[in-house]
Amino acid sequence: MRVSRHCKLLPCCEETKDFTQDSIIGITQGEDICLWVCFVLDLKSAKEAIKEGCMLESVGFLAGDALCLALLAQEMLVLVQDALEPYMSQRTLEIHWGKHHRGYLEGLNKQLENNNSLYGYTMDELVKVTYNNGNPLPEFNNAAQVWNHDFFWESMQPGGGKIPGHGVLLQIEKDFGSFTNFREKFIEAALTLFGSGWIWLALKTKEKRLAVIKTSNGVTPIVWGDIPIISLDMWEHAYYLDYKNDKVKYVNMFLNNLVSWNAATARMARAEAFVNLGEPKIPVA
Amino acid sequence: MALRTLITRKTLGLGLQSEARNLGFGFRHARELQTFSLPDLPYDYSALEPVISGEIMQLHHQKHHQAYITNYNKALEQLEEAMAKGDSSTVVKLQSAIKFNGGGHINHSVFWKNLSPIHEGGGEPPKGSLGWAIDTNFGSLEALVKNINTEGAALQGSGWVWLGLDKEMKKLVVETTANQDPLVTKGANLVPLLGIDVWEHAYYLQYKNVRPDYLKNIWKVLNWKYASEVYEKECP
Repeated sequence: MRVSRHCKLLPCCEETKDFTQDSIIGITQGEDICLWVCFVLDLKSAKEAIKEGCMLESVGFLAGDALCLALLAQEMLVLVQDALEPYMSQRTLEIHWGKHHRGYLEGLNKQLENNNSLYGYTMDELVKVTYNNGNPLPEFNNAAQVWNHDFFWESMQPGGGKIPGHGVLLQIEKDFGSFTNFREKFIEAALTLFGSGWIWLALKTKEKRLAVIKTSNGVTPIVWGDIPIISLDMWEHAYYLDYKNDKVKYVNMFLNNLVSWNAATARMARAEAFVNLGEPKIPVA
Repeated sequence: MALRTLITRKTLGLGLQSEARNLGFGFRHARELQTFSLPDLPYDYSALEPVISGEIMQLHHQKHHQAYITNYNKALEQLEEAMAKGDSSTVVKLQSAIKFNGGGHINHSVFWKNLSPIHEGGGEPPKGSLGWAIDTNFGSLEALVKNINTEGAALQGSGWVWLGLDKEMKKLVVETTANQDPLVTKGANLVPLLGIDVWEHAYYLQYKNVRPDYLKNIWKVLNWKYASEVYEKECP
């Protein structure tokens, strides 16, 4: 693969110039990623990659005819902003990601420039530290909203919706009785949230079970040590251009067509490394 | 149209008072529960263009405000039932829904009166005693506008920014409230003179994420006449 002249390479990844698509995905699943790695793929292969669920692990911006893929730990560029049409319009993504999310990121960077005590944290740690046990520091709103939007874009995929994969489905049925009941609870939470906020399906670490959680403004369940699996942005800017005040339609569209159960599966798998969800079934010899 | 708005305002006042009375009793007498209805706007939906689009005004009034009223009425009905049964935990559980939806009704009812088409005096700076009070409390009208716009832009999430009158201290204050909390939640003696809705639904279709532009422009249609009337009533 060529490296387009429009792309940047960090010195630390000079040795990794020869990537395949598999290795892109491999790298993004690591933990402390702060690399910019650029590739050129033609637009067609990039779109194919998105359809296979790679969208949210890779980011990109158009550089002429070639598509330059850049991987960022902290910022998600939606690769092709019409990918979620007609359920979430390109217009919405342009503004939601391009203005709101970017605004939080730029605001956070500016605040961090002036505050050395927050140097060196990962995003997760930054969110928890600035939450300050419920008495949030001024950086919290920006940090949390950057985190939340990253998580949100990754909670969706083109061709999403339908029902979760086997493992997640079993856990949902265990903790909610049925998938239908989970759906109802999720929708009810979305419709009864007062003001701006987020709806989560999260694994509660103490109770060792899944639950639907509502949070206000920028709060995220990680501040309480819980593990989010899926999120839905219920700030009005997330749906107003596409659905105006029709929250019912928005939430249903999300659950039916956008939610990425693939992402949920990956997150559950990771969560199980931290939370013991039960005894393994060891077959009797 | 003005008459109907007046009646609704009185109804609102009555409703709130009787609710306060009821909450003090352990049991209540049979009484017809006050229901609230959507007050008419004193102007057409498109009358505030180009500052606020007709589309926003219509959605804001017919959908958002109406939803608060519908849910407020529902919550009050449920409250009445719970009180009749002596079901304290339901009574307490309903308080947040009442605060949210009732607050939404209160706030929006004030908001429609805070706005006025330019040709009917919207945007005309306050004269008389309110004008002097602004100069005394803030230095100048420009300073007040800057203060309110800064507070409004900095508000995280959803809420309102207010110019309020502390009727005890006879002082003007700028306050913000979160979600649909009415101004009185920031101080029992506070009376709203002007409120600006900074929920995204109030401006998003037109101004998108640029809330500061919305705040800058809304002064062109703010109804200082109404604010002065309220002020002069409390500070004769």
